[in-house]
Amino acid sequence: MADKIFTAPEMLRMSDPTGFCPGCGHGTAGRLQFEVLDEMGLLEDSITVYDVACDSLYMWAIDTDCVGVAHGRAIAAACGVKRTRPNNPVCAYVGDGATYSIGIQHTIWAAARNENITVIVINNGVFGMTGGQMAPTTLLGQKTITTPAGRSREMNGQPLDVVKLFTGMDIAYLARGSLDSVASINKTKKYIRKAFEKQMNGEGLSFVEILSPCPTNWGLSPQDSLKRIREVVEDVYPLGEFIERGVK
Amino acid sequence: MADNQVIMKGNEAMAEAAIRSGCRLFSGYPITPQTEILEYMAWRMPEVGGTIVQTEDELCGIYMLFGASAAGARTLSTSAGPGYSLFQEGISYLVGSDLPAVLVDVTRIGNALGDISQSQGDYELVTKGNGHGDTMVPVFTPNSVQEIVDDTVMAYDMSEKYKHPVILLYDAAIGQMMEGVTLPDMHEHDINKYDWSVKGIKKGEHGRKITNVSYFCEDMYVGYEKYLRDKYAQITENEQRWESIGVEDAEVVTIAYGISSRVCKEAVLHAREQGIKLGLIRPKMVVPFPVKAFDEIGPNCKGLMVVEMSIKGQMVNDVALASRCKYPIYGYLTSYEVPESDKVIEIAKDILAGNAKEVF
Ligand SMILES: Cc1ncc(C[n+]2csc(CCOP(=O)(O)OP(=O)(O)O)c2C)c(N)n1
Ligand code: SF4
Repeated sequence: MADKIFTAPEMLRMSDPTGFCPGCGHGTAGRLQFEVLDEMGLLEDSITVYDVACDSLYMWAIDTDCVGVAHGRAIAAACGVKRTRPNNPVCAYVGDGATYSIGIQHTIWAAARNENITVIVINNGVFGMTGGQMAPTTLLGQKTITTPAGRSREMNGQPLDVVKLFTGMDIAYLARGSLDSVASINKTKKYIRKAFEKQMNGEGLSFVEILSPCPTNWGLSPQDSLKRIREVVEDVYPLGEFIERGVK
Repeated sequence: MADNQVIMKGNEAMAEAAIRSGCRLFSGYPITPQTEILEYMAWRMPEVGGTIVQTEDELCGIYMLFGASAAGARTLSTSAGPGYSLFQEGISYLVGSDLPAVLVDVTRIGNALGDISQSQGDYELVTKGNGHGDTMVPVFTPNSVQEIVDDTVMAYDMSEKYKHPVILLYDAAIGQMMEGVTLPDMHEHDINKYDWSVKGIKKGEHGRKITNVSYFCEDMYVGYEKYLRDKYAQITENEQRWESIGVEDAEVVTIAYGISSRVCKEAVLHAREQGIKLGLIRPKMVVPFPVKAFDEIGPNCKGLMVVEMSIKGQMVNDVALASRCKYPIYGYLTSYEVPESDKVIEIAKDILAGNAKEVF
């Protein structure tokens, strides 16, 4: 008999389908969040706030307290939850469209106010939920349904990079991870753990962006999607820890 | 004099009443003529250990409130005109998610930016707007500083009773005037009072999901239709609130809320001194509209007069429906000018002499 090498958190109902497409990065990214919370003994206390996009499918897969709110408003709502319940770990788990497009003012102001929440952003370079339109993170030249000739700086503006956006912001933590390999996934998990530790220490905003595949809207197989992240996306959006309070 | 009896500006009394109702999160953005609420909260909220955030915009105002309400807090966000327009999507989400909250629109004048003076042009926005979908939200229309306070206290209780947002609508004149007022005693609200709020689960409990309640109804929108219709029917049946003066024997009944209703009250007194039987129906809430008030109108009635600071006459349709179009409807409709009681009486005389033009 094979050895058991993987156990998902009990409260993640692995028996029910999540609704994510095969090969979608959400399945891994959200699991990392709940694994970390479980390992830290915080899962029951946790409150996760979702947007309306693909991320919201987690509401039905995880058996913890969740709040679902309008497109782009999860960070604002998470601030309201946290300010009411400062002892609970509060996470906004959101897409890049929500975070850098329709709700960008809340992203910047959560940083400016150094709100004591954790934000996990799935950067899949498209609007997944609505069928693969251009997102703020879509790469220059990348073809999507609304950039059929490829994204151009002149027509569509330049991609938004949160690391540049948060330059000079006095927040607790900013990191970018990826899901392109087991090594990357393990590293991303460490970033998420650090993020929650900082929140529980009351240090302020901890923000982890995760480069994530959307095979459905990229028109690639799950394997090729991971290859694309490794070979193309990570060149534009470098990985690593970029802001850490108290660490030079 | 008791500590609770003070002279206060309407907007500040609103803020204090909210604090004393147990509101511990205020999130909002400045806009005249409601900014005193934010300014008052800025020093007062920290005194009671609550949270006050001058947000980046009204959207953050209403969605931070959404999160705090989901977590069980009593919350407040307030705005006026252009800023209140930005609340709309959030109101629909509050309704769709069964979340209590208190919101205020201190109406200013005009379309677009307009100006900061009093007007009553937000009636349709506040009573019929409330974002997309089948929304209906209770609306208080206080006409004095005391009533702002009393309505605020009732609004918090009502919003929790129905798990629904509740709105206070008053014009700049009411918000800016100073009057003597008796404040309520301090009430502490327990954020764990209700099981439905998110607070983290205990071992063995299932997670709570604050989202569209329709997702949990039997057969989704089949069950939701009944659920929401029942809720609205209950609100409509239980919450009609109005004041009527001299309606039973009136030949002309004025209908007015807010600052206009104070003018009409004076007009009724003066008209009766002159032998003209004028009456007043003053909705204290405009959602649900006080349809029952119109049953009190007596057989002498020759017409109804809507007195409203609105170019269109935004309350006219509600009056026509509430009176089941039994009487001709006339209007004394202004925009920036507060109506005058003499003019109310003049129009009443015209109506009785057959010289007035109906609004439709
Ligand atoms: C106010 C509003 N505008 C537009 C939409 C439609 N909409 C839903 S999700 C979405 C984009 C989702 O993209 P992203 O946030 O990147 O998340 P993903 O689905 O890729 O995970 C849009 C445009 C909406 N629900 N509400
Ligand atoms: S559309 Fe993309 S982001 Fe959404 S579930 Fe499918 S693969 Fe994931």
